[in-house]
Amino acid sequence: MSFFKKLKTKITGQTDSVTGKFRDGLSKTRQSFSSKVNNLVKRYRKVDEDFFEELEEILIGADVGVNTVMDLIERLKDEARTRNIKETEDLKEVIVEVLSGMLTASEGDTALRMNDNGMTVILVVGVNGVGKTTTIGKLAYKFKEEGKSVMLAAGDTFRAGAIDQLEVWGERASVDVIKHSEGSDPAAVVYDAITSAKSRKADVLICDTAGRLQNKVNLMKELEKVKRVITRELPDAPHEVLLVLDATTGQNALNQAKIFRDATDVTGIILTKLDGTAKGGIVLAIRHELDLPVKFIGLGEGIHDLQPFDSDAFVYGLFAEMFQPQEEEAD
Amino acid sequence: MAFESLADRLQETIKKIRGKGKVSEADVKQMTREVRLALLEADVNFKVVKDLINRIKERAIGQEVLKSLTPGQQVIKVVQEELTELMGGEQSKINLSPKPPTVVMLVGLQGAGKTTTTGKLANFVRKQHNKCPLLVAGDVYRPAAIKQLETLGQQLTMPVFSMGDKESPVTIAKEAVAKAKEDHNDIVFIDTAGRLHVDENLMEELEQIKSVTKPDEIFLVVDAMTGQDAVNVAESFNEHLGLTGVILTKLDGDTRGGAALSVKAVTGTPIKFVGLGEKLDALEAFHPERMASRILGMGDVLTLIEKAQATVDEDKAKEMEKKMRTMSFTFDDFLEQLGQVRTMGPLEDLLAMMPGANKMKGMKNLQVDDKKIGQIEAIIRSMTPKEKAEPDIINASRKKRIAVGSGTSIQEVNRLLKQFKDMKKMMKQMMGSGKGKKKKNPFNLPFM
Repeated sequence: MSFFKKLKTKITGQTDSVTGKFRDGLSKTRQSFSSKVNNLVKRYRKVDEDFFEELEEILIGADVGVNTVMDLIERLKDEARTRNIKETEDLKEVIVEVLSGMLTASEGDTALRMNDNGMTVILVVGVNGVGKTTTIGKLAYKFKEEGKSVMLAAGDTFRAGAIDQLEVWGERASVDVIKHSEGSDPAAVVYDAITSAKSRKADVLICDTAGRLQNKVNLMKELEKVKRVITRELPDAPHEVLLVLDATTGQNALNQAKIFRDATDVTGIILTKLDGTAKGGIVLAIRHELDLPVKFIGLGEGIHDLQPFDSDAFVYGLFAEMFQPQEEEAD
Repeated sequence: MAFESLADRLQETIKKIRGKGKVSEADVKQMTREVRLALLEADVNFKVVKDLINRIKERAIGQEVLKSLTPGQQVIKVVQEELTELMGGEQSKINLSPKPPTVVMLVGLQGAGKTTTTGKLANFVRKQHNKCPLLVAGDVYRPAAIKQLETLGQQLTMPVFSMGDKESPVTIAKEAVAKAKEDHNDIVFIDTAGRLHVDENLMEELEQIKSVTKPDEIFLVVDAMTGQDAVNVAESFNEHLGLTGVILTKLDGDTRGGAALSVKAVTGTPIKFVGLGEKLDALEAFHPERMASRILGMGDVLTLIEKAQATVDEDKAKEMEKKMRTMSFTFDDFLEQLGQVRTMGPLEDLLAMMPGANKMKGMKNLQVDDKKIGQIEAIIRSMTPKEKAEPDIINASRKKRIAVGSGTSIQEVNRLLKQFKDMKKMMKQMMGSGKGKKKKNPFNLPFM
């Protein structure tokens, strides 16, 4: 009980809109995941092998990934043993605790690393169709709201219509977009963008890049070059290299994170489309297997639909339905 | 997370069983567990895995596996057969309407690759069926989606029907079909906006498009990297629209693509095409047995063979063989062979298709250098016809000329000459009435 209460107070301290967004966006996740856990708890009274097996299935069904699930189950078994838990009802809290612990254990800084004296450069990378350009639009708007001057570099010179897409987002957020024509060298675009952002004394420059599958060596090299150009022009930059991951993606997301990290020193992850997919389990796997913090999550197509990642809120979203019956009891 | 291939893992299990002399039920359980893990790692939905495992268990416990001398191979064979069967036959045909225009609708989640696939599919149909397609820009929500399709239309020199982003997609689709009739376009491809399968309003919009255009085909475009959720997505789209086929995109990535199994299992509709790159001709027919191998992490030998068959001229190959046998193989022949290997695609892609290639020591970081092949070609092209036919006449001054002519160095010319000589020697051994010793690596090409 105590854990839920703690979490609840922590959450209620936050603005309703944030929690509301998590709840709306994650409602699908919540329904399927926690209703399954609830179901499970109801069906099995005793904590035994069958129970763990089914729990394992639920987690795998949430894209957590086999390795992480095995670890999790081991941990839960240990906890059950040491705390002498026999009833599944009592294990429920332990499940939440362990999951939340896993998310917060390796918590890096979820806030963006900003350059305090000068321009902050953010490079956005990822495979095709994860929502890089949309995310940049949302990020630009966020910075703009904070009163910063923002510029965008249209570094996706490959996909048809990508530059126009970024320009539309630029208009929506009313920020300037530096672009070349389709098919030009992305490194050159980024170079130009840095030069003009410097002369206009912009606070933040966000560089878009073309989506690329991580096994395309040449394209990954191109990305390394883009990053090199940034560092050459501004020694501390890029201050953030954000990898955009589609939450619908299965185990390949780990490959993506690994290879992009090796190529461009990714500093954080933005997990998109969490409003759609029924599961957010991939977050657990990412936290577990890689030392990369999730910094933002995307919860829709609107310009406001980007939220800083908050593991407590995330867990609350996942398990909100598990809290409710207890609240009612308390009332 | 180095994933061991299923074959390796099964081998381990089998090793343990071997010593026992008798295979227990627990051993079978252990084997099926490995299979289960492999399928889950490949993102096959766990429910689909469950059904599969039950069927595999039945067959595995049956005679065919345990009595075999190579139970490990047998298990894999059974698994592969089951996967192939589940994924169905090859059906890469588009149902063409007897009364044109044929209407094809593409639907799916955001970022699955609908717009790109629309372009590829239209290109494919134009080539294969000699059709005259009209592309319809029905994605009025995503910024610049219309522009994207228009650009693709330009690249393909195909007409694109668009009414801007102010009209409803239903109206656009309806008008487009009318326009196609007017302009004698015999096939219409409707690109739709990406949407969540749980978004009731947008799903209803698709139903409306369906009811006004009466499409002959409704394809669900699915990202091959999709995880467990693929079943929910496919199920929901299928319930709303009654899909007629599935197109799997981004298969040129390194995902195992278990989503293919999941989608097929829940919709029952055939997977018709796969997307293999960003270029507009990177669309291929779906081959279930290859997909099965891929999901099991066993490489794609068939594609490799097919690629070779498609690019290597049979007559030429025979001629080459004769030349090798009679030892009249010259630099000209070598050049031709290089050209043939090259037209098969980037060497890295070819290597990636070879089973175990990614596990071989040294192969992982080996990047076959297309540039280096270019260099070799340049050296050969800088030779005179006589030099090509009789490399023995190449002396120091000729070497110098060749190096300058090809923009390389004398050392590089020397290296190539030596390699060519070795190659000929090896051919002699291989052809020499089968008596020749087996070399460790018979394909010691200079660029590998």
